[in-house]
Amino acid sequence: MTLDLPAETPTGRVVPGTPGAVLEVRGLTVSFPSESGTVTAVRGVSFALSPGEVLGIVGESGSGKSVSSLAVMGLLPSTARISGSIRFQGKELLGLGDREFSELRGEGMSMVFQDPLSALTPVYTVGDQIAEAVRIHRDVGKDEAKRKAVELLELVGIPNAKERSRAFPHEFSGGMRQRVMIAMAIANDPDVIIADEPTTALDVTVQAQILEVLGTAQEATGAAIVMITHDLGVIAGFADRVMVMYAGRPVETGTVDDIFYRPRMPYTLGLLGSLPRLDRAERQPLTPVDGNPPSLVDLPPGCPFAPRCPMRLSVCLELEPDLDPVRSGDTPGPGLHPGHRAACHRHREIEEQGLTATDVFPAQLAGEPPVARRPRESRTAVLDVEGLVRRFPLTRGAVFRRTVGTVHAVDGITFDIREGETLALVGESGCGKTTTINEILTLARPQEGRVAVLGRETTGLDRGGRREIRRDLSVVFQDPMASLDPRLPVADILAEGLKTYGVPREKRAARVRELLRLVGLGPEHASRYPAEFSGGQRQRICIARALALEPKLVVLDEPVSALDVSIRAGVINLLEQLREKLSLSYLFVAHDLSVVRHIANRVAVMYLGRIVEIGDVNKVFETPAHPYTQALLSAIPLPDPRKERERRRVVLEGDLPSPADPPSGCRFRTRCPLFATLAPDKAQRCIDEEPAVASQGPDHGAACHYAEVKTVL
Amino acid sequence: MLKFLLRRFANYLVLVALATTMGYFLAATSLNARANYEGRNPRPSQTSIDAKLNELNLNNHTPVVKRFTRWAGDFVRGDMGKTFDERPVWGEMKQRMGVSLRLLLLGSLFGAALGVAMGVIGAVKQYSFTDHFTTAWAFVLLSTPVFLLAVLLKFGAVKYWNAHVPDSVHLYYVGEKNPGLTGTSFVLLRDRIAHLILPTLGIVLGQVAFYSRYQRNSFLDVMGSDFLRTAQAKGLRRRTALIKHGLRTALIPMATFFAYSFGLLLTGATFTEKIFGWHGMGEWFIDSIAKNDINVVAAVIVFSAVLILIAGLIADLLYAALDPRVRIR
Ligand code: SF4
Ligand code: SF4
Repeated sequence: MTLDLPAETPTGRVVPGTPGAVLEVRGLTVSFPSESGTVTAVRGVSFALSPGEVLGIVGESGSGKSVSSLAVMGLLPSTARISGSIRFQGKELLGLGDREFSELRGEGMSMVFQDPLSALTPVYTVGDQIAEAVRIHRDVGKDEAKRKAVELLELVGIPNAKERSRAFPHEFSGGMRQRVMIAMAIANDPDVIIADEPTTALDVTVQAQILEVLGTAQEATGAAIVMITHDLGVIAGFADRVMVMYAGRPVETGTVDDIFYRPRMPYTLGLLGSLPRLDRAERQPLTPVDGNPPSLVDLPPGCPFAPRCPMRLSVCLELEPDLDPVRSGDTPGPGLHPGHRAACHRHREIEEQGLTATDVFPAQLAGEPPVARRPRESRTAVLDVEGLVRRFPLTRGAVFRRTVGTVHAVDGITFDIREGETLALVGESGCGKTTTINEILTLARPQEGRVAVLGRETTGLDRGGRREIRRDLSVVFQDPMASLDPRLPVADILAEGLKTYGVPREKRAARVRELLRLVGLGPEHASRYPAEFSGGQRQRICIARALALEPKLVVLDEPVSALDVSIRAGVINLLEQLREKLSLSYLFVAHDLSVVRHIANRVAVMYLGRIVEIGDVNKVFETPAHPYTQALLSAIPLPDPRKERERRRVVLEGDLPSPADPPSGCRFRTRCPLFATLAPDKAQRCIDEEPAVASQGPDHGAACHYAEVKTVL
Repeated sequence: MLKFLLRRFANYLVLVALATTMGYFLAATSLNARANYEGRNPRPSQTSIDAKLNELNLNNHTPVVKRFTRWAGDFVRGDMGKTFDERPVWGEMKQRMGVSLRLLLLGSLFGAALGVAMGVIGAVKQYSFTDHFTTAWAFVLLSTPVFLLAVLLKFGAVKYWNAHVPDSVHLYYVGEKNPGLTGTSFVLLRDRIAHLILPTLGIVLGQVAFYSRYQRNSFLDVMGSDFLRTAQAKGLRRRTALIKHGLRTALIPMATFFAYSFGLLLTGATFTEKIFGWHGMGEWFIDSIAKNDINVVAAVIVFSAVLILIAGLIADLLYAALDPRVRIR
């Protein structure tokens, strides 16, 4: 069969539909009026979805992926101007009124939204909200609908479904809420489910659970799924076909294997090349994609990726490439598949020469600082933390405050960082990693244990002493916008610290220029304000500021997690080069383990305020000995479809227990897959005795009574 | 739930005690009752002034702490002291509370209901003519001083309504009822309503303006919320989703608002009471300050503090009824 894509329907002309498609979108264009002009968020999206198929739509923020999906659901605000064609089971949806559309929503097509925190109505029980979805489309009684709601909750894996259906959304964790959303989406056996970043706000182990539930939901309903995400890893194991979007248009489409193993459009190449790999011991160079996505107001002619593309030709600036088949005479795949297509003037060359990301984009791999060539034991410790404890009283009441409990945010952790090395602190939200660095950064006497920075203990420091240490210890935060004063020009921001430490004016200006160069910005940037920079550049400014006083140790608190994927790699590369050049040590806090594997020498895995495993990054990742580390690693999706298909996941049950009331003995036992298989006498030890970190070999320790190495990658 | 309310009640009680204490101290130190006697002609003797002041617990030569302890002691025993003309405070207070509550209750209930409705309409039809129109009027009303509004109402009633619409209800603008009127209870009720309309309007208009602004904003927030989108994605029509999922959520912040503004209305109603000749608490407050009547001022302070206590409890109840998130404690 042939498929002529995209079908232009500027006049709303009826185009013959693709037989067999449940959902077919052709030439979809969406624009919004805005203060700076008309924003064309979607510029011609076409795809067809066969029954039961999973289509992944990948793109960064502003690529138009979410707007397209909202257009399909008819949920865009009334200011949006939509043209093209959207057909559901052959029926044209564009131009339908709210009443007709609402009959379809939740019945034929349903949607799972990103943020489960705000996507459920706070004032109704989850059972009622699901029952409502049933009753809108089915003529059933209240009790019947409630029964159905409980069944659905059971299907999506909510324990004690009957009882929990009477709970309100705020009584659920994020993962549980997302399950509720899925239950609601499948309530009426839809033919299409659109999942818009369904796992983005969630921790990795919870993400793995939710992906599994989505799989179950698909099995139960036979629905086709459109999975929208910025995370290529999530797509690799889940989708049949992928559509990569950039600046409101699809730039490459194909089967998952096409996209992941044979990308033919430079943006896709860069995107894949910029991903640090969790599953490769050899560090790979990352390919940063310089620059930023274009503004969608008055987009210039030509390829929208041209300003960032190293392969750009002059024709690229004049003519926007069509989404063409990559191989001439390529027969479209089975069913509705339009084969592998790429929107690039040079895709033939890429195909013929088999170019890879590193061929197209400049990539470097920084080495280790000179000091790190000495054996670890002989280097001095820049940070030494021993038995650190931080508890918060849990209080209640406005007038009569009273303590009702204690949160054990950090409960006796020990680690050190030697000169020239990077230690990563990883774990899911609530594990205590943020509290740990806050404790270190305040330089105050800890509640228990000791903290020594560059050999000096924080206990007993006076203000002068703290001031001295602050010179050697700096920090970069996650959100660059929030940590830069918008009213100061960059030069002042960078000079602030120098001023406090009495560096004379002349020297300051020179140092500012030097710092800008160090982080890859130009001297002309000194007089600009933070708002004039993109996210990636702002983070570079934050890094420059952290380096102003030539620190020895830099604390990096999730420094790249607020950045888009293609920009992330540039910042990671920068951090590595700086470490090599300036012999820095990093304390790197992150939840993204792939980034950690790339950047860190050593890693400490935290769970509920304790370190469960610590050691050399390759040892911990290759031969994890603690069941939690194993689960964590196995939960992370790899951007490698073949591996993903073969992998067996260790999916953790349940949610994180409250840190105000941690389980006795081993804190992980309520979710530990190993514990569940132990004989009662052995299991008793986990209940009674808290395991301490025990050596698993040189520079590798794990806190488990029955630690046993297992490879999961 | 009951435990939660009891705890809140205890909290409020402490606040009431604090507010009253501070109010008493303020009144007792800044108002000088002695001046009233000293200004009399013929001027009474020093000893008789002191004796009188001591009897009424108004002697500014007695340390204020001592006066307060005596007042508080009497208060706990149910005695609120005497007014300047030596009548028990409580007797008059009972009457005046009734007057005030009749005025405020109706005014704020209508004001809140209409204001919420207008706010919702304004939000749903954002930037439409209706929205601009109501917004403009709300700002005009909010910036009109209450006494001007009251005078305008009075004027309008006399000049236009009563003069040109002769067959309808004659609107009165002084007092609560015609003193000499006799007849069936229906006639009496009708008379009362005719008296009530103007002053109630005086309060309602300001309240409507106030609520409509807040409700409009809170509803706009809800209209952009994710859960509303979810409700539509389930298949609810936009209007149904707005009413079922939006309205209740948007009302949550209004619960606190409603209760407290009711408590605070007392001061706002002062002008209304004065201008329409209603002998309520607000009027009493102003008059007693002018007369340096500390015991009455203290009594009014107690009244408004208790009003706020009740309002707070009602707010908590409303809040808990609307928002399940605060129920479990
Ligand atoms: S069309 Fe040109 S600019 Fe665009 S991706 Fe291809 S080579 Fe680069
Ligand atoms: S100590 Fe027991 S419960 Fe804890 S991780 Fe090891 S096996 Fe699991």
